[in-house]
Amino acid sequence: MPGSADTPRGSLKVYLGYAAGVGKTFQMLSDAHVAAERGIDVVVAYFEPHARPDTMGQAQRLELVPHRKIAYRGKTFQEMDTEAVLRRKPAIALVDELAHTNIPGSTRAKRWEDVQVLLDAGIEVWTTMNVQHIESLNDQIWQITGIQVRETVPDGIIRQAAEIVAVDVTPDALLNRLKRGAVYKPEMVEKALNGFFKGSNLGALRELTLRQAAHEVDLRQSAYDETRGFQVPRISEARPGAVPDNQPKERILIHITADPSTAMLIRRGRRVADYLRADCTALFVHQTPELPQLRAAEREAVEKHLRFARSLQIETRILVGIDIAKTVVEFARQNRVTQIFVAYPHPGFLERLRGKHFTEDIVRLAQDLQVTIVADRSRRQAP
Amino acid sequence: MTFYTLFRTGKMRLSELPRPSPERLLKQVQAEESKRWGAKLKIFLGYAPGVGKSYRMLDEARRRHERGEDVVVGAVQGQQSEEVQGLLRQLETIPPLQTSEGQGIDLDAILRRAPQVCVIDPLAAQNPPGCRHAHRWQDVQELLRNGISVLSSVNLLHVAEYKDKVQAITGKNTTETIPKSFLLAADDIVIVDVPPDLCLWRQGEKLTSTGISNSQERRLSELRELALLLTAEVVDAQLESYVHAHGIEPVFGTHERFLICITPNSDAPAMIESGARNKERFQGDLFAVYVCEPGRSKREGVAIRRYFAAAEKAGASTEVLESDDPISAIVNFAREKRITQIFIGNSAHNTWRDRLLGDPVLRLIRAAEGIDVRVFPH
Repeated sequence: MPGSADTPRGSLKVYLGYAAGVGKTFQMLSDAHVAAERGIDVVVAYFEPHARPDTMGQAQRLELVPHRKIAYRGKTFQEMDTEAVLRRKPAIALVDELAHTNIPGSTRAKRWEDVQVLLDAGIEVWTTMNVQHIESLNDQIWQITGIQVRETVPDGIIRQAAEIVAVDVTPDALLNRLKRGAVYKPEMVEKALNGFFKGSNLGALRELTLRQAAHEVDLRQSAYDETRGFQVPRISEARPGAVPDNQPKERILIHITADPSTAMLIRRGRRVADYLRADCTALFVHQTPELPQLRAAEREAVEKHLRFARSLQIETRILVGIDIAKTVVEFARQNRVTQIFVAYPHPGFLERLRGKHFTEDIVRLAQDLQVTIVADRSRRQAP
Repeated sequence: MTFYTLFRTGKMRLSELPRPSPERLLKQVQAEESKRWGAKLKIFLGYAPGVGKSYRMLDEARRRHERGEDVVVGAVQGQQSEEVQGLLRQLETIPPLQTSEGQGIDLDAILRRAPQVCVIDPLAAQNPPGCRHAHRWQDVQELLRNGISVLSSVNLLHVAEYKDKVQAITGKNTTETIPKSFLLAADDIVIVDVPPDLCLWRQGEKLTSTGISNSQERRLSELRELALLLTAEVVDAQLESYVHAHGIEPVFGTHERFLICITPNSDAPAMIESGARNKERFQGDLFAVYVCEPGRSKREGVAIRRYFAAAEKAGASTEVLESDDPISAIVNFAREKRITQIFIGNSAHNTWRDRLLGDPVLRLIRAAEGIDVRVFPH
C-alpha cells in the first residue's frame, strides 16, 4: 500500500535511552495509554515478547497487532507484521526497537525500513532506540566502550522524527534493575555487566544520550524558526561569552579513499557538519583516467564509501588527478571549502617508499585552508 | 584567580596546576559526610511545571517503600494531580510545621522519626520565619548529615544560574533558588523529559500534534534543551569523579573538548574565534595552552598574554605548560583533559630545530592518537 500524494506522511516519535532497561518501552506505553484514554486509535505493532512483567502489564491494556511468526534454522522468530498493521491502519502504531535487524527472508532487512512503510501510509509511529545505534556516533561509542555496534540506524531516519524524548534513569537504579533480573535473563546479566554495563560506560553513554537529545531538540527549534520566522532568545545569546554568528557558512570537504578509515571519516564529517550547520561534500580522486581501471578491491571499497556518504546525505564528487593531494586542495580552493577532513591511515607501501605520507602532503599544500586530521577512534589506549 | 593571572603575576608553578574545583571539594566533603551513613540525595530535574517530576519522584518513593525501605514524605507541592494524590495515599506523611507566617518542614519530627528516605519537594522553597533554616536546601543538608536519604525535585527556573535565562524566555521570575553547585554535588540527578506539547497538555492546554507546533511549545523547547545540557554537565562531573575515585583512564568522547595551541607566530585570533564558535555549537569545553620552552625569547610573552586574554574572553581555560618537548607536553595535557580536537597553526617558517626533528605539526598529528588535529592557516 504505497502512500499517495494526498495522504500526509505520519510523524515519528523516538524514545531515546542509553541502555536496555532504562524504561524506554515503559515510557512509550504509558504515553500511549494517555493517548488511548483520550480516544486516539493506538495499537502495539511490535513489542518484545520477552519484556519485563510491569511492561507486559502496560502492553496488555492496549490492542496488539499479532506478530508474524517466521521459522528460521529450526527456531521460530517473531517480527512485526507490517502488512497487517497497514490493513489495521491505526492513528498511532507503537514499534519497539527501531534498530532491530529482521530475520533473513523478511520483506525488508531492517525494522526502520518497515517503519518507513508505515509512515508513508500516513500512520504516526512511536518507537524506541538506544544512543549506541545512531550511525554517526558509532566511532565515539567504540572509543568510549570498546564495543563496536553492528546494528545502526542512519542519522537521516532520526532526523525525520518530529520528536525525540530522552528516557533517563541513574546508572545505579539501572544496575539495581539489572541485578534484580528485571532487564535480562539471569544468564545474560553477567555478560551485560562485562559489556555496556561495565564501570564508567553507563555514565558516558548517558551523557552522550542527553547531549544527543539536546542537539536533536536544537535542530527542531531551528527548523521551526526557519519556517515560522520565529525569534526567541536562543541559549547562545543568553550565554555569556557567546560569539555573534556572522561567519560565512562553513563548507566541509571529506576526502574519500579506499582505506577502511574512510567510513569513520564520513561519520565524523557528517556529525561536525550537522553541528556547525555546514555544507558537506565528499571527494574521491583517482589517478587512472577511468574508474573501472582501478583494482577491483579498491574500486569496490571506494564505491562502498561513496554510497555510504550519499546515504548520509553528503554530495559526492569524483575527479581525475595524477597528484591526488594537489587535486584535493585545488578542488577545495575552487569550491570555497573551509575545512578539509582527512584520515591518517597507517602508511602503506607507497608512503613508505616515498618516505612521506599522503595526508602530510595535503597539510603542506593547504597552507591557506583548515585541514582536520580525523583520529582513528577504534585505537584505544590501554584501559 | 585564573591561570592567566597566576601566570602574569609569576605565581604559577607547575605543581599547582591541577586544582580541584569548588564543586569537587563540596562533593568530596558531602561524600565523606554521608558515607558514614549511606545517605544520598537524588534530585529530579524538570524544565517547566507539568513535566511530571513529582509523579516520577513519588513513584520512586512508592517502589522503594514496596521493596521494604522506610520512606516518609516530609514536604510536597501545593497543587497535586489525581495521580500524585494516589501515590501520596500509599506513603506515610509527616505533617508540616505550622507557623504564623506559613508552613515549613518539621525537621525535628522527621529526625525523631528517622526514616531511611524522606521526600522533600520542591527543593527550592524558602522557609517562613521561625524555622531553623531560611532555605529548604539547608533542611535537606541537615537530613543528609543525619543519615537520611532525600528525594527531591526542582524546576530549571529555580536554579540560580539559569533564573535569568528562563526569565528571558518565559517572562517568569522567582526569588526561590538553589545554587547550581548543589545540583553538581547531589549523588544523583535525573531529568524528567517530556515533549513540550505533553507538558502543556498536563497544564490544561489542548493537545497538539507531535513536534513543535506553536510559539509556546517553541519557548518550552528552549528550556528543555537547557535542562538536558545541565543534566549532561552534572553527569559529566559524576563521570570525572568516578574516574578519579577508581583511578581508571579518563573517558574520551562523551562531548567535544577543544584545545587551542597558542604560539607567538600562529594566527591565534582565528583559532580562538573558531574555538569559541565550536564551543558554542557543540556545547563543549574550550582550552588554550602555551608551551613555554626554557630559553625562549622574552619578547614572546606580550603576544601570548594578549592571546590568553582573548581566549579567556571566549570562554577558554588557559594554561602555560613548561617543557622542552612541546609536542609531548600538548599531547599529555590533551589526554589529561579528555580533549577531542587539537587546534594548531600550520608552520610556515621552519626553524633549524624543525628541520632536524621534522615539522612540529606533522609530529603532533602522529603523536595525537585518538584525538583529531585541526591545522589552521598561518
